[in-house]
Amino acid sequence: MSISLSIEINGKKQTSKVNANVLLVDFLRDALKLTGTHIGCDTAQCGACTIHINGKAIKSCNILAAQADGTKITTIEGLTTDDKDMHPMQQAFKNHHGLQCGFCTPGMIMSALQIIKNDNDPSDASIREGLEGNLCRCTGYHNIVEAIKAGAKAMQNKG
Amino acid sequence: MYNFAYHKPKNITEAVNILQNADDAKVLAGGQTLIATMKLRLASPTDIVDLSDIEELATISKTDKGIIIGAMKTHTQVSKSEIIQNNIPSLSYMASQIGDQMVRNQGTIGGSVANNDPAADYPAAIVGLGAKIFTNSREIRGDDFFTGMYETCLNSEEIIVSISFPIPIRSAYVKFKNPASRYAIVGVMVADYGSDVRVAVTGAGNSVFRLEKFEQALSNDFSKDSLSKLTVPTADLIEDMHAGAAYRAHLVKVMAQRAVSDCCSQI
Repeated sequence: MSISLSIEINGKKQTSKVNANVLLVDFLRDALKLTGTHIGCDTAQCGACTIHINGKAIKSCNILAAQADGTKITTIEGLTTDDKDMHPMQQAFKNHHGLQCGFCTPGMIMSALQIIKNDNDPSDASIREGLEGNLCRCTGYHNIVEAIKAGAKAMQNKG
Repeated sequence: MYNFAYHKPKNITEAVNILQNADDAKVLAGGQTLIATMKLRLASPTDIVDLSDIEELATISKTDKGIIIGAMKTHTQVSKSEIIQNNIPSLSYMASQIGDQMVRNQGTIGGSVANNDPAADYPAAIVGLGAKIFTNSREIRGDDFFTGMYETCLNSEEIIVSISFPIPIRSAYVKFKNPASRYAIVGVMVADYGSDVRVAVTGAGNSVFRLEKFEQALSNDFSKDSLSKLTVPTADLIEDMHAGAAYRAHLVKVMAQRAVSDCCSQI
């Protein structure tokens, strides 16, 4: 069964046809070529596929593309308008060595932004709790927490 | 996953009609269990009925009967609702402890309750708080709703509309969670309704259950010490890679005592 899908993706309105059984992450990567969103475990455990739907962090491997009809989606590509620029949270990950292999990073950053949305000055404990749904198999959690704290401050300063 | 027909009805009548006329339809709430199950081909429904457009399922209100939560309310919405925080803080706390923040943004109370995972948190709230479940066709007591592992008394053409929770004098939920999945290895809800004290356990058995001996002891003396001489029978408890039955039995008592202590610190 084919479904008509209207979504606003990273600020651009888009209408597409998609099969009912297509996952949102596959639609983003295969149809829209937004490959910044990663597929890690494909079982909703690792969080590499985290994106924002209507401003909320969601695992895009555990939702049908059809369920996203009529929503506003932000992926890692949508955090900046310009390839030369980095979002303060991306810059903080770079500055604090918050990534090693980098595979989990898009999901980590999208989760980090949800954490900041809930609390713009989060404690280490609340950052770690917020990251429960994101796995880093390089186990670089310490610097990820440092990066998120710094990113939160940078975002506050930017206002 | 196999392909299927996808429906997004605007109201409950339309949704029930689809369920009645399809070969093997499944209701989709947040999909945090169903989508994963379909990816593994443990389920391959012919039709999916997505409830996310039905406004009637997405309200939270307070009435003289207690707090009424629409089936499509997400765990995040339940955990952040001021009405729930002010009236049944144990319930908003429970919702804040389910899974991770992404799961909580998408998973719903109705979906969790209808799925009846033996390690899910909400069944302990439904039974522990003496809730009632309202479907499109009837009202079901929480005590009668869960019938076994992943089984409830819902029929295949029935949709949960809302759940009502009477407001207790005090209540607390404490869980010992699996650190990887955040599911309950054991979770205990204790609620004090004055004449009636309820103790409901999730994670330990095939489905949520009440501990009558604990309830009687707490009715006589609502203190953690009143439970110290009681034991939990191991016969019907789960044995798996995470915990044996004897360990689970021990955890049930410890979690119940912590919940009672939490309750006592509230007043």
